Amino acid sequence: MEFILAIAIGILFASGIWLVLRPRSFQVIIGLMLLSYATNLFIFITGKLAINQPAFTFSEAAAATELFTDPLPQALVLTAIVIGFATTALYLVVLLGSRGLTGTDHVDGKEREVTHE
Amino acid sequence: MSEFGHILTLPILIPLVVGALLILINERHHQLKFAINLVSTMGLLAVSLILLYLTDYPQDGLNAVVYLAANWEAPFGIVLVGDRLSAVMLVLTTVIATGALIFSYSRWAQVGVHFHTLFQLLLMGIHGALLTGDIFNLFVFFEVMLAASYGLLLHGYNVVRLRAGLQYITINLVASVFFLIGIALIYAGVGSLNMADIAAQASLLEAGNRTLFHTGAAVLAVAFLTKSAMWPLSFWLPNAYTAAAPPVTALLVVLTKIGVYVVLRLYLLFFGEHAGASAEFGAPLLLTGGLLTMAYGIIGLIASQESNRIASYSAIISSGTLLALIGMGNSAMLSSLLFYLISSTLAVAAFALLSELISRIYPTRNQVLAITFEAFEVDEKHDVSSGYVIPAAMAFLGLSGMACALIIAGLPPLSGFVAKFGILHQLLQTEHLNATAWLFMILIISAGLGSIITFVRFGIRSFWASHREAPPRLKLTEVAPIIVLLMICVGLVIFAGPMFDLLERTSGEATNATQYIERVLNQPSVGGSQ
Repeated sequence: MEFILAIAIGILFASGIWLVLRPRSFQVIIGLMLLSYATNLFIFITGKLAINQPAFTFSEAAAATELFTDPLPQALVLTAIVIGFATTALYLVVLLGSRGLTGTDHVDGKEREVTHE
Repeated sequence: MSEFGHILTLPILIPLVVGALLILINERHHQLKFAINLVSTMGLLAVSLILLYLTDYPQDGLNAVVYLAANWEAPFGIVLVGDRLSAVMLVLTTVIATGALIFSYSRWAQVGVHFHTLFQLLLMGIHGALLTGDIFNLFVFFEVMLAASYGLLLHGYNVVRLRAGLQYITINLVASVFFLIGIALIYAGVGSLNMADIAAQASLLEAGNRTLFHTGAAVLAVAFLTKSAMWPLSFWLPNAYTAAAPPVTALLVVLTKIGVYVVLRLYLLFFGEHAGASAEFGAPLLLTGGLLTMAYGIIGLIASQESNRIASYSAIISSGTLLALIGMGNSAMLSSLLFYLISSTLAVAAFALLSELISRIYPTRNQVLAITFEAFEVDEKHDVSSGYVIPAAMAFLGLSGMACALIIAGLPPLSGFVAKFGILHQLLQTEHLNATAWLFMILIISAGLGSIITFVRFGIRSFWASHREAPPRLKLTEVAPIIVLLMICVGLVIFAGPMFDLLERTSGEATNATQYIERVLNQPSVGGSQ
């Protein structure tokens, strides 16, 4: 289980980093989204992976720590997802504005000049 | 809980409420919006001064003011901690914010929408980052601060700003990913997010967990060092500073220093002397990075022609100096470090504001600006009615430009000299000066030399070699903030004694991590056992 998740996070990070370094703003935003997915999964596993264990209980009698998984990383992931959504949406607006004003989707706002040999 | 605890919520709640309120008011009532914003910002300044007084003269014998949100005791709940260091930074932020706001009155607040809302939200983020005692909340407040700064950077939307904004946002989103990974690793290693709790456990960690903790701190540092513009993470800064509207640039100067503040705070807490095997982790890297940043800043500064670029590279040099000083880990120098931080931030912010006024000497260069104003119908006639045009504009520009230059370069008689003298004096008092310390001294003196060369060249080109018959029109509201910011720097020299006493107490408290830990973790909840 840990192995699969680790591989998944690694692939997401690798793809994200590669895309963020690309020159088109659309590729960059997809890269940023992949990076944030990878980060969210990463935060999630810091509380250790547990199967079939709830994060909290309402019954005080059953409150034994080994029966429950760590709720804090889940709360952190939730916050990180929301913030990630908001910033991605904001980035999308800037991206569209840049596309409209400069007429290109290159991150520098202008196409690289092609040199002829 | 001390009866003053609630004051810590004010610097966060006031801007949040006022910012939300300002959305409801139509942009046509810009004077009303400005007035509300100004009242709120001045109120925040007053709150910051009260907080500084409360932390400096503790009423109940306890050092810092601690607020337990929702009455959960640390480390389980979220805490806000106000000590002298936070309070000093709060005062600095609100002073510069007030200046930038007044400066924006006659023009800049009107070139786009929701300037005042974003301004208040930016203040909320900064204040939250200064007051929080929890690294995840630090992340949240950083995001609030950054989201507002994205909006402000794009304020007065044009191609240059969009291009710079796109890069600035990308860099910061990637830095936020690092931030989160760092937090997750620290949580995995230490099992806590509360700064005081992490600091308390730093010396008790097992080897495996310690490695996780160190990795997390290093990844976290990448995020903060990007914000505080350490070379090679600083290439975004000159473009962003140059593209932004001047009042926004002044605020971005503060933002960079918030990055430095967080590095200082977390470094002292996590890797101070109490941290056992973790003590001084990463110090050589901070020192080397700081020195490289200074060198990079000096080269960039000498190569700069435009006033905005000069301001950018001055900010980079100042960050580099501060990071190198933190990396030296000499707690005796902390008060000089803070004095330098205050004086250089004020001067660079004042120069960022001033540079727009200076650029009015050359009206042809302001084509981009003209397009922006046309788009938002800010015409000159209306402009005249909303401000008093001051006489002797050229004399003002020349004199304040010179004052900024003296402070940034660190020449007598202004505060930059006192700051640099303090740093060098402390450095020369240490017994075994190693090669890095000498390198640092060489760099700090060359930074002064480089600044002088650049400013003299810039001054000659702007004031002597410019052939313009009519001097530029400057409004009182644009001139007053610059004068006030520079006057504070003069005040720092006149009252250097009391100021250094305050900063001595500040650094004494900030370096005493054990006291901080005990203070935060022993804060009783209301109605709880004492």
